[in-house]
Amino acid sequence: MSHVILACSVVIAQVFLVVAMWLAMVRMFRGPRAQDRVLALDALYVCSMLLLMVFGIRSGHTIYFEASLIIGMLGFVSTVALAKFLMRGEVIE
Amino acid sequence: MSTIEHAAELPAWAALVVSVFLVLGSGLVLMGMLGFVRLSTFYERIHAPTLGTSWGTGSIVIASMVFFSVLSTRPVVHEILIGIFVTVTTPVTLMLLARAALHRDRSEGNPEVPEDSPAEMPAEESGEPAGRA
Repeated sequence: MSHVILACSVVIAQVFLVVAMWLAMVRMFRGPRAQDRVLALDALYVCSMLLLMVFGIRSGHTIYFEASLIIGMLGFVSTVALAKFLMRGEVIE
Repeated sequence: MSTIEHAAELPAWAALVVSVFLVLGSGLVLMGMLGFVRLSTFYERIHAPTLGTSWGTGSIVIASMVFFSVLSTRPVVHEILIGIFVTVTTPVTLMLLARAALHRDRSEGNPEVPEDSPAEMPAEESGEPAGRA
């Protein structure tokens, strides 16, 4: 019984995270300004990282942990780079 | 809906704990994204995804730690790296992004954002202060 609950909650968590990714993508396409899109990309990175961790629980392999760690690092670096671009691009203009 | 085969020897309490933390964390992420879509200005929206990066990430990390620790009967704590990393980096990225957005709004003369406060002015004239990358 408890394993059925675990399987159900893993599926529920995956569905929630995928819906959250869709919402972030809605904001990324609709976002009125560039900073909204950058923030949506950052949120999308976090959602995909968590989705990989949930997938690791579902499949029982710890290899997905490393993939999600790399995604987290790349998300941080890309968001910082894009924020610096947003700030400096208008200074040059 | 099939059960998870490799978790067959997981005790019931651990399965329940993992389930609760998984649903809690992903529900927090979903709530943050709903707020991210629905809120009206950027400075309100920048708060919403932090729901997912603080307790959403923490809860899913705890679920993963409990799952693999109980399943392999030894403490597996390397998931805490992701928790620490996300907790440390999220304020940095969001501060940079909010600063960039504030700078863009001010340089456009947007009347909805506050002007530079007088306390900040001498710090900006004397070059880059240490706390602002």
